[in-house]
Amino acid sequence: MSEQYGAAPLRPFRLLALLSLPFVLSACNSPLLFPDGDIAARQRDMLLIATGLMLIIIIPVIFMSLYFPWRYRASNKATPYDSEWDHSTKLELVIWTGPLLIIIVLGAVTWVGTHLLDPFRPLDKITTSEKVALHENPLEVQVVAMNWKWLFIYPQYGVASINELAAPVDRPIRFDLTAESVMNAFYIPTMAGMIYSMPGMETKLHAVMNTPGAYDGFASHYNGAGFSDMNFKFYSQNEQDFDAWIQNLKDSNRTLDKKTYLELAKPSEAVPVEYFSSVDKDLYSRILGMCVHDGKLCMQQIMQIDAGAAEPGKTVTIDQLKYQTYDLDKYGHGKEQDEAQGATAPATNREPHSDETNGGGEPAGEDSIAPPQLND
Amino acid sequence: MLGNTDLTRLIFGRLTLESIPYHEPILVATFIAVAIGGGAVLGALTYFRLWGYLWKEWFTSVDHKRIGVMYIVLAIIMLLRGFADAIMMRTQQALAFNGSEGFLPAHHYDQVFTAHGVIMIFFVAMPLIVGIMNIVVPLQIGARDVAFPFLNNFSFWMTAGGVILIMASLFIGEFARTGWLAFPPLADAANSPGVGVDYYIWGLQIAGVGTLLSGVNFLVTIIKMRATGMTMMRMPIFTWTSLCTNILIVASFPVLTAVLALLSLDRYAGTHFFTNDLGGNSMMYFNLIWIWGHPEVYILILPAFGVFSEVTSTFSGKRLFGYTSMVYATVVITILAYLVWLHHFFTMGNGASVNSFFGITTMIISIPTGAKIFNWLFTMYNGRVRFELPMMWTIAFLVTFTLGGMTGVLLAVPPVDFVVHNSLFLVAHFHNVIIGGVLFGMFAAINYWFPKAFGFKLDVFWGKVSFWFWVIGFYFAFMPLYVLGLMGVTRRLRVFHDPSLHIWFIIAAFGAALIAVGIGAFLMQIFVSIRNREKLADTTGDPWDGRTLEWATSSPPPHYNFAFTPVVHSLDTYADMKKRGFERPMEGFRPIHMPKNTGAGVVIAALATICGFALIWYIWWLAALSFVAMLAAVIAHTFNYDRDYYIPADEVAASERAFADTLAARS
Repeated sequence: MSEQYGAAPLRPFRLLALLSLPFVLSACNSPLLFPDGDIAARQRDMLLIATGLMLIIIIPVIFMSLYFPWRYRASNKATPYDSEWDHSTKLELVIWTGPLLIIIVLGAVTWVGTHLLDPFRPLDKITTSEKVALHENPLEVQVVAMNWKWLFIYPQYGVASINELAAPVDRPIRFDLTAESVMNAFYIPTMAGMIYSMPGMETKLHAVMNTPGAYDGFASHYNGAGFSDMNFKFYSQNEQDFDAWIQNLKDSNRTLDKKTYLELAKPSEAVPVEYFSSVDKDLYSRILGMCVHDGKLCMQQIMQIDAGAAEPGKTVTIDQLKYQTYDLDKYGHGKEQDEAQGATAPATNREPHSDETNGGGEPAGEDSIAPPQLND
Repeated sequence: MLGNTDLTRLIFGRLTLESIPYHEPILVATFIAVAIGGGAVLGALTYFRLWGYLWKEWFTSVDHKRIGVMYIVLAIIMLLRGFADAIMMRTQQALAFNGSEGFLPAHHYDQVFTAHGVIMIFFVAMPLIVGIMNIVVPLQIGARDVAFPFLNNFSFWMTAGGVILIMASLFIGEFARTGWLAFPPLADAANSPGVGVDYYIWGLQIAGVGTLLSGVNFLVTIIKMRATGMTMMRMPIFTWTSLCTNILIVASFPVLTAVLALLSLDRYAGTHFFTNDLGGNSMMYFNLIWIWGHPEVYILILPAFGVFSEVTSTFSGKRLFGYTSMVYATVVITILAYLVWLHHFFTMGNGASVNSFFGITTMIISIPTGAKIFNWLFTMYNGRVRFELPMMWTIAFLVTFTLGGMTGVLLAVPPVDFVVHNSLFLVAHFHNVIIGGVLFGMFAAINYWFPKAFGFKLDVFWGKVSFWFWVIGFYFAFMPLYVLGLMGVTRRLRVFHDPSLHIWFIIAAFGAALIAVGIGAFLMQIFVSIRNREKLADTTGDPWDGRTLEWATSSPPPHYNFAFTPVVHSLDTYADMKKRGFERPMEGFRPIHMPKNTGAGVVIAALATICGFALIWYIWWLAALSFVAMLAAVIAHTFNYDRDYYIPADEVAASERAFADTLAARS
């Protein structure tokens, strides 16, 4: 009992200290305010400049919003009262030109900043700090957002990984991004702002990391049932560690060919990290062209035919143009488990699986027509 | 399951017993609660024999004041539903830490956040806006009703039809799991094969017809039915903002209808407008839906701006400062509303010049908006500010909305948007402007015009309780989301892996609990006010010393609003009339031509709702039948020539005299 009495006066303070701890910690925790990549740092600067410019007008407005009603409260008879006063050209001039001037400044900053920090624009001296190795070839990473995991292909090294990304510190990175079936956004807050990755289309992102470490990356555009677990770790490493990491991938002795890709593309959630020691050379362009399945016409070819630059050859069938997606179960998850049980399909009163994919040619796993790929 | 599958499919489409979510305890409990509550209400209505009264006096009414009240009742009911979704999300996000999955599976959670957005925008904010416009606009312009009274009733019932479909999805089938704008390819047939997106499409299509028609209705009403002498520049500012809002509705809702029609063609007829393959392009959907979606934001906020103008002027006992610049600011916002839609997807890979253009047009909107805020401030300057409830909401709005405006300009800078797009910062921003702007505005409006609509004021004590819990709750619920957004937390996440975020979600959940008390206090305020209606009665028709024409009528106004159409000589007409010692004419009354109530709106909207339900479940025979029946009902209604009647002059004289007597008894 006595112990408790003794501790009582301190308790509120302890509680307060305990409560304030997470606030302090999380303030330093913000990858947006304290980023580790030059592009994110520039974007943070834009955030601060814009905030500063806005505060010039926001602070007086908030002050006036509280002060005016209080000062001119009905009970305060000391202030002047003029029920007819409804116009003042001078004031109107200030009211309109004040914000206008701020927006002119902010608009100019925006125009320049948007062009400099355009994700499609390669890095240069203006957007990066001095130690960034601009003379080196940028690290190329081809990113494919799938249901619900990230595929990263390193064409310069011929390797690929699932849900893990690495890059050397201070070496510019160029991401080419696309998606398998739905819209996604690729986001590593500490490195640079997000960019959408979309099926059949390619976006680009140029960025660089300045400090080594392990960072979080994730999908930042809602994309279905597995959304919350579509994260990955991003390792920013010095040259040696990065080489070792690449070697790790090479040691995995697994080939990412069309067949493996189609197996991988089946919807799955909270997917563990996987490595691939070699990747089909044209796999990414086929993913982008939505023609990984055999017998499909690639988008690139369709566009050439549409532009009159190529002949379709023989007759094009509608099946060649249809993209084959994977069925989801009625809760929006991948359907694999259902197929294993088999019997649930009639109960949900939906067409059996095979009927729905009928138009898409052979089922995914059985395309034995595919030419044998190089294995190491 | 039910014998012959083909026959049951023919009769019930894809509707089976499996579609009823009886295996989900949360939904079963909700259903039982709704069944008991609904049963009690229906039972009470039957017991007190109110069905006939409701049908004759309300459901079939073409009186703009009653339709307005019905819109607001609908909005309040849906606010409870939308808020229940909000509480579930906040609870889920506060629980799902340290390896916990929370209490909602993805299938349920994803429906909840979709439904929350859809309901709050389409079935809370919109009906509130349309309801207030219904009650106020005809009175402010000295009209006896809207231009098309039957259409007004029909519009309401179409909105109610949309509500019924959205609510049905709770217990029959499921709702969309796509987010509130149902972006394809996620919303197309391949990625969302269930009925959820179809509920979304048909719910919005049916309600959209109602919104579009009420837009047309108010546009014509304001243009054509103003009292003699009320030139455009003598219109009360709320009427001005309503005019601009309805221009936006008429020009933007057809885009929504078209884009949803294209999406439904993709889903039903196998077309490829927004699919990944065969030339479809989902980016087109993003553009089209936001070409509707951004004006929609201004459709909601402009009438709220109008409310604040009326309230500030009335409770400062002053003319509105800078009426002309206020009008031009409103018109500029209306035009600019169409030039900013792309700022919703700066991150979709547009070129830098395109992004800068839309970023800068967005910032430009802050100039007229800023001018408006200064105008309200200088309306208070040299005034006598009375801190009644509407004024309290207005001050809370000024502070809150300014903050939301600032974060909005931040989001308009593309490089900044790249880091906070789709994050909780964005979520905090739009709640900051929609709650701080639209909702606070609607609470101000309800407190301000309630005595006009019902003849008694709202209780002040419970009003203040509601006010403080709402405002403080808002800051607790949404400021943490700004912080989380700056920590890089994306919206719509169901589980979290970083324990340092936990505390912020707990604070946000606490804020939501405060708002729950605020909503409870608001309901209590209405209940207490009804109970004390004798004491709170407004016999003057002008409880706040108002300045515009609606306060020249009795509270509640007679069916015909004005026995004589007023003649307007200046802005702030009623303040001007009072100053000049206006006297009510007591003779020379003539019979007043009025529209008759009709049940056609209920019938047509009910058939449209059945048709929508049948289309959702692929019950083709019922869809065809109800569609044909709907056309038949529309045609049959055109043959109804018994649409109007005259209120005899004696009756008008009697009711005018009664009002004059109560006024005389007071003074």
